[in-house]
Amino acid sequence: MLQKEGQVRIPSGCAIAAVISKTGEKIGGEKIVAGIRTMHERSNGLGGGFAGYGIYPDYKDFYALHVFYDDNGARTDCENALKDLFEIVKAENIPTRKNPAIKDAPLIWRYFVAPLPSRVAAMQIDEREFVARAVTRINSTFRGAYIFSSGKNTGTFKAVGFPEEVADFYRLEDYAGYSWTAHGRYPTNTPGWWGGAHPFSLLDWSVVHNGEISSYDTNRRFIEMFGYKCHLKTDTEVITYIFDYLVRRQGMTLREASSVVAAPFWTTIARKPEEEQRELTYIRNMFSGLLITGPFSIVLGFSGGLLALNDRLKLRSMVVAEKGNTTYIASEEAAIRAMEPDLDSIRSPMGGEPVIVTVNKGVLEDGN
Amino acid sequence: MKIDASLYTHRALNDLLRSRTDETSVENCLGLRFIGSGLSHGTVLIDGVPGNALGAYLDGAKIIVNGNAQDAVGDTMNKGEIIIRGNVGDAAGYAMRGGEIYVEKNAGYRVGIHMKAYKNNRPALIIGGRAGSFLGEYQAGGFIIVLGLNDDGMPIVGNFPCTGMHGGKMFLRSDCRDVFFPEQVTARPAGAEDMAEIKPYLEKFCDAFHYNPSFIENAPFTVVTPDTQNPYKQMYVAN
Amino acid sequence: MGIDFISAEFDVVRDDARCTRCRVCEKQCANGVHAYDEKNRRMTADETKCVNCQRCVAFCPTRAIKIVRNPNTFRDNANWTASVVNEIYKQASKPGVLLSSMGAPKNLPVYFDRILINASQVTNPPIDPLREPMETRVFLGKKPEKIRRRPDGRLDCALEPQLELALPILFSGMSYGSVSYNVHKALATAARETGTLYNTGEGGLHKDFYAYGANTIVQVASGRFGVHKDYLEAGAAIEIKMGQGAKPGIGGHLTGAKVSGDVSATRMIPEGSDAISPAPHHDIYSIEDLRQLVYSLKEATAYKKPVIVKVAAVHNIAAIASGIARSGADIIAIDGYRGGTGAAPTRIRDNVGIPIELALAAVDQRLRDEGIRNNVSLIVSGSIRTAADVVKAVALGADACAIGTAALLAMGCRLCRSCHTGKCNWGIATQDPALVARLNPDIAARRLINLLTAWNREIKELMGGMGINSIEALRGNRLMLRGVGLNEKELEILGIAHAGE
Ligand code: SF4
Ligand code: SF4
Repeated sequence: MLQKEGQVRIPSGCAIAAVISKTGEKIGGEKIVAGIRTMHERSNGLGGGFAGYGIYPDYKDFYALHVFYDDNGARTDCENALKDLFEIVKAENIPTRKNPAIKDAPLIWRYFVAPLPSRVAAMQIDEREFVARAVTRINSTFRGAYIFSSGKNTGTFKAVGFPEEVADFYRLEDYAGYSWTAHGRYPTNTPGWWGGAHPFSLLDWSVVHNGEISSYDTNRRFIEMFGYKCHLKTDTEVITYIFDYLVRRQGMTLREASSVVAAPFWTTIARKPEEEQRELTYIRNMFSGLLITGPFSIVLGFSGGLLALNDRLKLRSMVVAEKGNTTYIASEEAAIRAMEPDLDSIRSPMGGEPVIVTVNKGVLEDGN
Repeated sequence: MKIDASLYTHRALNDLLRSRTDETSVENCLGLRFIGSGLSHGTVLIDGVPGNALGAYLDGAKIIVNGNAQDAVGDTMNKGEIIIRGNVGDAAGYAMRGGEIYVEKNAGYRVGIHMKAYKNNRPALIIGGRAGSFLGEYQAGGFIIVLGLNDDGMPIVGNFPCTGMHGGKMFLRSDCRDVFFPEQVTARPAGAEDMAEIKPYLEKFCDAFHYNPSFIENAPFTVVTPDTQNPYKQMYVAN
Repeated sequence: MGIDFISAEFDVVRDDARCTRCRVCEKQCANGVHAYDEKNRRMTADETKCVNCQRCVAFCPTRAIKIVRNPNTFRDNANWTASVVNEIYKQASKPGVLLSSMGAPKNLPVYFDRILINASQVTNPPIDPLREPMETRVFLGKKPEKIRRRPDGRLDCALEPQLELALPILFSGMSYGSVSYNVHKALATAARETGTLYNTGEGGLHKDFYAYGANTIVQVASGRFGVHKDYLEAGAAIEIKMGQGAKPGIGGHLTGAKVSGDVSATRMIPEGSDAISPAPHHDIYSIEDLRQLVYSLKEATAYKKPVIVKVAAVHNIAAIASGIARSGADIIAIDGYRGGTGAAPTRIRDNVGIPIELALAAVDQRLRDEGIRNNVSLIVSGSIRTAADVVKAVALGADACAIGTAALLAMGCRLCRSCHTGKCNWGIATQDPALVARLNPDIAARRLINLLTAWNREIKELMGGMGINSIEALRGNRLMLRGVGLNEKELEILGIAHAGE
């Protein structure tokens, strides 16, 4: 029998696309679908997905958990566990529509929850750490339940299928957010598993990724020292954890974190001003286990922004374009033109050069 | 003849292009790959953004793009001409053995990688703006010419140009004071003889994109050549 | 002759037609095997003294000599092998502990040879190491748990002292005394030239080599030979030697005969006196005492030098390493079962300790399980034979490898395993001035530099094949390894899958 993610590590290639309004204007889900659809050739129907930010304004103060269940038994067990940790203000099926290409759908539920203050206080950790641990624990110990989205005012939608089919299935046009990321997957040897599709999410982080990294096990074994569990054995999963660790737990800036995962070569560092040399050397030495090698282009979504990053050799392509207050990112220019034919500017960032776009220069309406 | 690219698969479009002998206008192009693959005759005009591997294995035809092109333009091209009135993505001219590629603006990473020359075939790749890192990696023949006419303040070439270069010539319209070349190549100011070699390409560039050739005079050119055809011999010991 | 007679292990075969009676072999053999028979005008050989060091073979101008295994045998017996039987004869003749040198020659599994390395195909690209940047720079030392910021918000880049190596290979500790002055000179020169470090071993640091301090690890062993403040300050790092792979649980013993002149001055003991290193450090009977020694050394050197603790790979190595990682040490050096030595009791060398591959895998995993892998760096040795061994060790989790025997081989050693006799014909494991002079330190240094350069190129080739362009992305990357012919338990300990999985 073919094994699924988590039982075996499955390499995959891909297409990515993203869009963000720097002024926080709402963008309908159909926009990103138009972009990712043009890159049909880059995926093979074994995984597609989207992450939208700002899509749950009515519940923006609650963590939105999206969960796949194998059956109702798994759901009951998981819900009991959730009730123990969270106040559930709303529980519902995620609305879907029938699409002939999307088969074997699991039960797909959505919960808006708030951590029980007494539980958080008892563990003496902050709320986000509490949620992260709860998600990690449920995903590693509950059979048949898998939380694939857990941020505030954000949601991930993914399935086995081509991305445009996945979008149709989840009725993506019914959502609107200030930013979107999208992914079409090209795994090499798997029937595809819903949980294995991208984006991979934890809290408000979501990662879409194109490429296959060669440093995977180094990164995994390093990050697992800090309480993360790489269930899926996928690149996106470990990349998400790395950013969570560096930014949320170490307090690094996104730019610094980018210098960890796509560190400049020593020869490049040697040409920088002294202060920068010191910092970059420190960063490479301190977090050497988190350097990512091999091809990747990623878009990291978070509350109020996006980060796009290529590997330091730039083995995958990525273009970034601007039109008014909107920024577009995609593996191919054609995908951007499909979202917006008439652009103000378009460019290819250099290998290892992070492109960070934030809404209202980082000031979010919900203060996140 | 005008063709709406959105109505075609790449296979159908290429079948059509192969059957034609005169000019074909491909419009409304959005990411369609492999256009003109192996094409030996005719002229193809493209409006929009052609997909990856435009003009791969091109064998004599002429392709003109009104706009940007994506990755791997002219991959392993043998003969013919590709003119891009915009930017190209990564790995343009990969392993090209003949023919010419003219890019009006900037080029991505690994452009001209493993370009080679064979007998009478001497490929040429001319970039009007700047080029990314690893320009001319493993270059084994032909000409790579970068003019640096970009106005975004970025350097004419990224990091690690000419790594593994073991043939051909690279011309950069710059004194190259800030460019770090690998040990096994020599970079020197271009002389009159060098300039004479690339004059036809510069003229064609000006022609294709309507430039005034004065830029040739107003900045120095650096020419880069490899020191040896076998740069890595000393790396091995028989066992 | 008679009951004590042990048949020679080797035969000296001389092609008389080629032999010109130049008597070079006679001069080259410090064991007195070759002699000239004036009367018959021919060379003779006393093969019972031959250790098969190949010196005469290498220097005979007409290539007339071959050293071959003596075909004389006992009756076949897979249990009572000839070496076992001969060892009994030796001990029946003299009631002594058998002494040997170099690493254990026994036919136990070499796990490195049962591990294969991955390469990229299609799903991600291999990288061409000759042209694209390939990085092998390594930092050894403690990394703090959290970043700190200065008041102006920028990163506070202060770290505990680190060692920076241009490649993940160092030279193992080999003491002046067990090896010659010229060997130390060659090692020091090569270390400086290639951007790595050599290690004094426990015999102190000759005054001539203080100049190489930035490329020197100074060792502090139980005998504390030559240890004083200047010595501690001379090196880039200090290594506390708790044990070594060839003789875990055993001290050292340099006979008075080798403690002559400069050796005596360097070790700071009288000429002719035995140099005895006790089995334990007598100030360390427990793990908390180790902490005391680590910190006393750090205090003595104002916290400017990383402290390495070197231990032999023994059964409980994972727990031991965890204890060391919490002792304040910056680096742990683990020396495996097959590690070399200038002299060790045969029984200990061949029967005590565990292979480095298993020890390394267990330690790396244990430190990660405890979340303290970043507290220390890991250097492994015993025995690292090729660049592929280095790559496999790094992928199992090592930060760097140390080579001893391989370095001696590069300098001419023929692995005759007679270092303990002090008559090394190659001028390596000897203090006899005439023999020492045989090793030209400049040539030896060049050969070491060649070896490290070649290995570093091969490491880059292997990394490139895996699509990895920096050594840090290989460290602990066990997914890049597969076992062949290993059982479940071995695979579990190594933390790798079987080939085909
Ligand atoms: S001990 Fe060495 S030099 Fe002497 S005979 Fe044997 S091989 Fe030759
Ligand atoms: S160092 Fe000398 S004595 Fe020791 S094994 Fe090598 S050649 Fe023999």
